[in-house]
Amino acid sequence: MAIDKQTVKYIAHLARIELEPSELEKLSLQLQDILGFIDKLKKIEVKDISPTSHILAISNVLREDKPKESLPIDKAMENAPQRQGNFFVVPKVIE
Amino acid sequence: MEYEPIIGLEVHVHLKTKTKAFCGCSTEFGKEPNSQTCPVCLGFPGSLPVLNQVALGYAIKVGLALNCRVQEYTKFDRKNYFYPDLPKNYQISQYDLPVAKDGFLDIDAQDKARRINIRRVHLEEDAGKLIHKQDCSLVDFNRTGIPLLEIVSEPEISSPQEAYEYLVFLKSVVEYLGVSDCDMEKGSLRCDANISLREEGACGLGVKTELKNMNSFRAVREALAFEITRQTELLIQGKTIAQETRLWDEKSGATSSMRSKEEAQDYRYFPEPDLPPFIITQGQIDGIKKSIPELPREKLRRFIRDYGLSEYDARIIVFSKKDADYAENCLEIFPEKNKKPIANWLIGPLVSEANTRHCGIADLNVPAGELVELVKFVQRDEISNLSAKLVLAEMIDTGKKAADIIKAKNLIQISDTASLEKILDEVVRENSKSALDYKQGKTGALMFLVGQVMKKSQGKANPKIIQELLKRRLADA
Amino acid sequence: MEINKLTAYELIKKQNAGEVTSQEIIDSLKKRTEDVDSKVKAYVRFSDKSFSNLQLTTYNLQLPLRSIPVSIKDNICTEGLNTECCSKILQGFKPPYDATVIRKLKEAGASIFGLKTNMDEFAFGSSTENSCFGPTRNPWNLECVAGGSSGGSAAAVAADEAILALGSDTGGSIRQPASFCGVVGLKPTYGRVSRYGLIAFASSLDQIGPFAKDVRDCALLTQVISGYDPNDSASVEAEVPDYTKALTNEIKGVKIGVPQEYFIQGMDAEVKDIIEEAINKLKGLGASAGQISLAHTEYAVPVYYIIATAEASSNLARFDGVQYGYRYRAGSQSLIDMYNKTRGDAFGDEAKRRIILGTFVLSHGYYDAYYLRALKVRTLIKQDFDAVFKDFDCIVTPTSPTPAFKIKEKIADPLKMYLSDIYTISANLAGIPAISLPCGFTKKGLPVGLQILARPFHEEMLFKVAYAYEQNTPWHKMKPEL
Repeated sequence: MAIDKQTVKYIAHLARIELEPSELEKLSLQLQDILGFIDKLKKIEVKDISPTSHILAISNVLREDKPKESLPIDKAMENAPQRQGNFFVVPKVIE
Repeated sequence: MEYEPIIGLEVHVHLKTKTKAFCGCSTEFGKEPNSQTCPVCLGFPGSLPVLNQVALGYAIKVGLALNCRVQEYTKFDRKNYFYPDLPKNYQISQYDLPVAKDGFLDIDAQDKARRINIRRVHLEEDAGKLIHKQDCSLVDFNRTGIPLLEIVSEPEISSPQEAYEYLVFLKSVVEYLGVSDCDMEKGSLRCDANISLREEGACGLGVKTELKNMNSFRAVREALAFEITRQTELLIQGKTIAQETRLWDEKSGATSSMRSKEEAQDYRYFPEPDLPPFIITQGQIDGIKKSIPELPREKLRRFIRDYGLSEYDARIIVFSKKDADYAENCLEIFPEKNKKPIANWLIGPLVSEANTRHCGIADLNVPAGELVELVKFVQRDEISNLSAKLVLAEMIDTGKKAADIIKAKNLIQISDTASLEKILDEVVRENSKSALDYKQGKTGALMFLVGQVMKKSQGKANPKIIQELLKRRLADA
Repeated sequence: MEINKLTAYELIKKQNAGEVTSQEIIDSLKKRTEDVDSKVKAYVRFSDKSFSNLQLTTYNLQLPLRSIPVSIKDNICTEGLNTECCSKILQGFKPPYDATVIRKLKEAGASIFGLKTNMDEFAFGSSTENSCFGPTRNPWNLECVAGGSSGGSAAAVAADEAILALGSDTGGSIRQPASFCGVVGLKPTYGRVSRYGLIAFASSLDQIGPFAKDVRDCALLTQVISGYDPNDSASVEAEVPDYTKALTNEIKGVKIGVPQEYFIQGMDAEVKDIIEEAINKLKGLGASAGQISLAHTEYAVPVYYIIATAEASSNLARFDGVQYGYRYRAGSQSLIDMYNKTRGDAFGDEAKRRIILGTFVLSHGYYDAYYLRALKVRTLIKQDFDAVFKDFDCIVTPTSPTPAFKIKEKIADPLKMYLSDIYTISANLAGIPAISLPCGFTKKGLPVGLQILARPFHEEMLFKVAYAYEQNTPWHKMKPEL
């Protein structure tokens, strides 16, 4: 599978990561390399194999609907890069 | 050329759990911003979700009430997208194995029975709230993580009114189940619509437009109507419809394109590794099934059949479960076989009192037994309808019993003919002109005379008897 | 007596006998760290504070880790104390809560030492070179890497700058550095130790585990951190046995499987000899060894790099400059600019590489070909192990195909670096427990690690075999010269 620069650019945008032109160049080549290696998986017949997304055979892990104490606001916001009153602040979201 | 709309609705309801979907934070509405948060719902690094069992039970319950197949095996998936109201930048949702799918909701729209198929019912977490300021946006995560049920209809609703009726019935069903407040003002029920037009009788689907930002069922109806007009015009002009999301603007009564989300979304769904799957047994399903009460449409049919209500009247009281329960209680207690008198009171004076007080009839807090007592006074001709309405108002305001108010205000009607004849004598004497008019054929004069008698008796005379007596007397002379 | 060189077990005995105090333990570690950490760079921050509940431990001799300092990898949350995953994007992050393992350590009387141990950024790496604080150096040869991603924890224990340490293991991040640094490291069964408070790399593979100077200490620390946690849905409600009961020095009749697929090209000849000698030793102690096949071994690395990066791309989406950590601030900017620049600026090369690879394998049109296929092959890998464990009690392999390599040797070639995890990755994919313990040295004096794998929740088997081996070999007593 070939991954071209255009695809890497699109994926980087999906992942919200800005790449320098030189980074894009290098990354595209490295990813090409890695995907080339990963492609060996195509050798295996997997038609009737069920996927494993959870390795443990457990199910129905549930919690009682019992309230727990929330964090004090100041503790919840202690790490906030920008705060206004009791709100987190982000650059204006344009809808 | 004629076009017909194909509409699908996506309804989100907040489940009425005490705590959020995946953490123990309270779901209470209207608290100080960011006061109901913890590492889990804030998506802090290292935190992990654990599902609220009540939320899962509620989701199954709704699925069953909507005639869905509840999945034996259900799991959660991550829906990945960046948005500041989504602390993890992914939403825990359900993709290919929702809690329930393939159901339907029977509704009555424009006097026709219609079955709207339900594609899926799935559980997910809500996002936070953004407040847009001049130069920035503020984020409140209190709502983040509240369990949200997404109910998706098949795209087969055929008119804005039908969409409206679907929402009325759906909301009512969810309310009957007791799993949500369904309060659009508080955002505990939200609805997005998608609509496409096609040539009448055609098979395929046209280009789909998504509509958002409708804050009431009425707004959904209006936005859809607006879109039909807009798209029809475009099609007639030979233009194409853009596949886009449009926002409804209540003030201008129009939709407009939502530019920022034009780029194609790629949500990269994959199974949520932090939540092992859920296996729902037949036993669990049976247990939940037992807890489902009679649903609004069945109740509507039964009220019409058993209590002789008109469809119009029955609809007024049935959609709210509280009101329907109250009404049913009154209807049951009312001792006569013909339930019409009490029914008329419920949908007449009670509904009108409730409307002026902006609540439901059950919220008026008039005990069913007391309402029945009041109606019985009227039935026995002991008080006039007019007085009874005043008594009702006072019962609502003071919580006093009907009999006590009637007694205190001395409202019992004068029905014995001897005392009435005396008043009649006086009235006929004082209004001989009107008496003459009546005799000469001006029937309207009779009502004037009745009014005069009522006045003289301070409203206590029984108007029916007066009328009879007057007619007899004026015919004799 | 050099207190810092003792094991936790010895220190507890000495405390009971009144021969050493908790303060002396801390002081001795601090002195050692001051002396050697400028060379080793095992710790990324240091603090004078000792965060133990020392007061309590003085009076409670029942606590299993009374006054024992434990060093913590920088990706395990400690309330109010910097936890940054050695990444610029988590600069200054002070979690508002303790990870479950930290709570358990405190309840067991342990203290938290150092702030904290170095690691590859977000545990992405096999050499601890991808740390925003620079690489940790191997105490046995300062020009070599300590392994990774938990290189700081491994090196701290190896250099006697720590008594015990915690790391995390997603594809070998405990075992490989343990092997490179000549200490004992364990990846518990998936679900044995709570992940609550471990900053996730790949949620379906991550486990927290211990580093120790010997097997007994390793068992001791495993005991304390194991057990069901209602905060982690993937934590298993199974009783934790008394692991010290497995330390019998008796392995007669234990059936050991040796996978043929692990002794192939790319394996260092010296490592091969040392491992074969170790297997002979185990046979000499009464175990039986037979060749087995783990047929899908060659697919483990590609499967891992699909699943792990996919999960990581999603887990790391939350680092966006909104609630915590670094935010790019220059100039007026739009929201999308803030996201792109914050993440573009603060993630290191390897993090970017993995996030983009992971995003790609999940993206529209590629999911089935990559992610779904990888999940299916994961099933096959798991089945290989299930089949072997029907007939064998454990599996013995090298931990790494080579001893510690030189700093910068592999950093420019990510694929080469990924292949150094070839022996450790399968245990994470299959969810089974695995231990690495020292089993010899190369001619150049670098340690070699022996890996033992067992059935899910059979950590006792690992301790039993590892302890018997250790008690009959000198390797764990060797100390690097610093």
